[in-house]
Amino acid sequence: MQVSADDLLVLEGLSKRYPTGDRALRDVSLRLPAGQVTMLIGPSGAGKSTLIRCVNRLVEPTAGRVLLRGEDVARLPASGLRRARRRMGMIFQEYALVERLTVMENVLSGRLGYLDFWRSTLRRYPADDIAAAFALLERVGLGGFADKRADALSGGQRQRVGIARALIQSPEILLVDEPTASLDPKTSRQIMRLICELCAEKGLAAIVNIHDVALAKMFAQRIVGLRAGEIVFDGPPADLGPDILTRIYGEEDWTAARETDEDDADERPEDPLRLAEARA
Amino acid sequence: MSARAWSPPPLIANPWLRRGLALAAAAYLLAAVSSIEVNWERVREGLDRGAAFVASFARPDFVSRWGDIHEGIVESLSMTFAATAIGIALALPVGLGAARNLAPAPVYALCRGVIALSRTFQEIIVAILFVAMFGFGPLAGVATLAFATIGFIAKLLAEDIEDIDPAQVEAIRATGATWPQILVYGVAPQVMPRMVGLSVYRLDINFRESAVIGIVGAGGIGATLNTAFDRYEFDTAAAIILVIIAIVMGSEYLSSVVRRRLQ
Repeated sequence: MQVSADDLLVLEGLSKRYPTGDRALRDVSLRLPAGQVTMLIGPSGAGKSTLIRCVNRLVEPTAGRVLLRGEDVARLPASGLRRARRRMGMIFQEYALVERLTVMENVLSGRLGYLDFWRSTLRRYPADDIAAAFALLERVGLGGFADKRADALSGGQRQRVGIARALIQSPEILLVDEPTASLDPKTSRQIMRLICELCAEKGLAAIVNIHDVALAKMFAQRIVGLRAGEIVFDGPPADLGPDILTRIYGEEDWTAARETDEDDADERPEDPLRLAEARA
Repeated sequence: MSARAWSPPPLIANPWLRRGLALAAAAYLLAAVSSIEVNWERVREGLDRGAAFVASFARPDFVSRWGDIHEGIVESLSMTFAATAIGIALALPVGLGAARNLAPAPVYALCRGVIALSRTFQEIIVAILFVAMFGFGPLAGVATLAFATIGFIAKLLAEDIEDIDPAQVEAIRATGATWPQILVYGVAPQVMPRMVGLSVYRLDINFRESAVIGIVGAGGIGATLNTAFDRYEFDTAAAIILVIIAIVMGSEYLSSVVRRRLQ
């Protein structure tokens, strides 16, 4: 695969085999231009989480290259890896905030990669970082929440803190793992909208793992379908018809699911498979 | 319609094994009781001495040996605080190393070994050993209590760290944080309240232990108590025991208040 200058992230032959023998990723190749929001869909266990964790090496890939602006993250030594991680903001399914720290400390923890040990331990953050944190909290709708403890917030509010923590890293790409899986349908849409707006504002690329096909179609610029560790679809949301969904998820009555989507969009279950089950 | 009978399934399914075990237990109990030899003469003498001892509790003598008692209490308290502080400081790295989710295998094995060693021996045995090494006095006591504190705190800290939410640690790692930063931001907030609670609890235990190990020569109020018994000064001994009870109850109350506040 030829790496071109405007590719932000290029995955080449990425594979992951867990010690248990499970092959979570098989020879995955993908190129992401700067500023593009790509949604990754696929059944549970298809390797979506493994894929984004191989990008910042929270999971070590078994084989393949992860090129961030041409630099192979998979080969970097520890200090280089930490510098590369600063450029990749991550947002998690269950928010993964440090529960007993304040909202402000959680947001500022996004700057840890830029700070030495003592300054971060004593919470002596540079004034610029603190100003940026307040501005981001304001932007995600949490002005005035700075000194609340993270475990005092609701799910939607926690995910907003998670978004602010990822953005304060000044990343070039967001790695987003099931951001709405624990949220209600309305909050899910608000969070997805916020993530996509912020990506557009700051020119960020994003890989978003998502279970909810309808939500993916609503917000994605590009959809990649993963099944059993392999890419089985890569295209614009408009191409995502019943035959493609069958290729990704397996045999199911997709037309029935689609009609319901249009009827009561707000009460849609997260998983198209479960929806069809409920109707059967 | 007749009601269907139900009874819970027996703990041991095999009826022969079940009845056999019950029979064996009964036979053992019978044999054990019949082998006890009681010398009623000595029981009567002992009861007399016991009565004299209990009677002396009714008139504890705080005054005639107050100097010794005061000195012993101060020594015990300083032993307790010094040993707890030293023990916790040494237990922190051991506890970190003994957490399977943080430490590499060789470090884990080493730290678990230290914990096992510290927890194998009862304080009195350790105290006898340290008294033989450092001689009589509070130094041996401090060493004993610090040694016991390492095992206690490190084991519970390690288990607490093994139970933390890995997602929070993963999130901090994903920011590009270094390993020490991950400890401070991802691990410490999750274990800190329990850690403070355990430290206060250990302080409380160490005071009680300091009274016991004094009896084998490791200084503190235990040594004063032992001397009082050796001189048959039961009234002074009673006073010392009452002081110990008061301090233990006070510290237990304080530590329970602190721990409740931390929830």
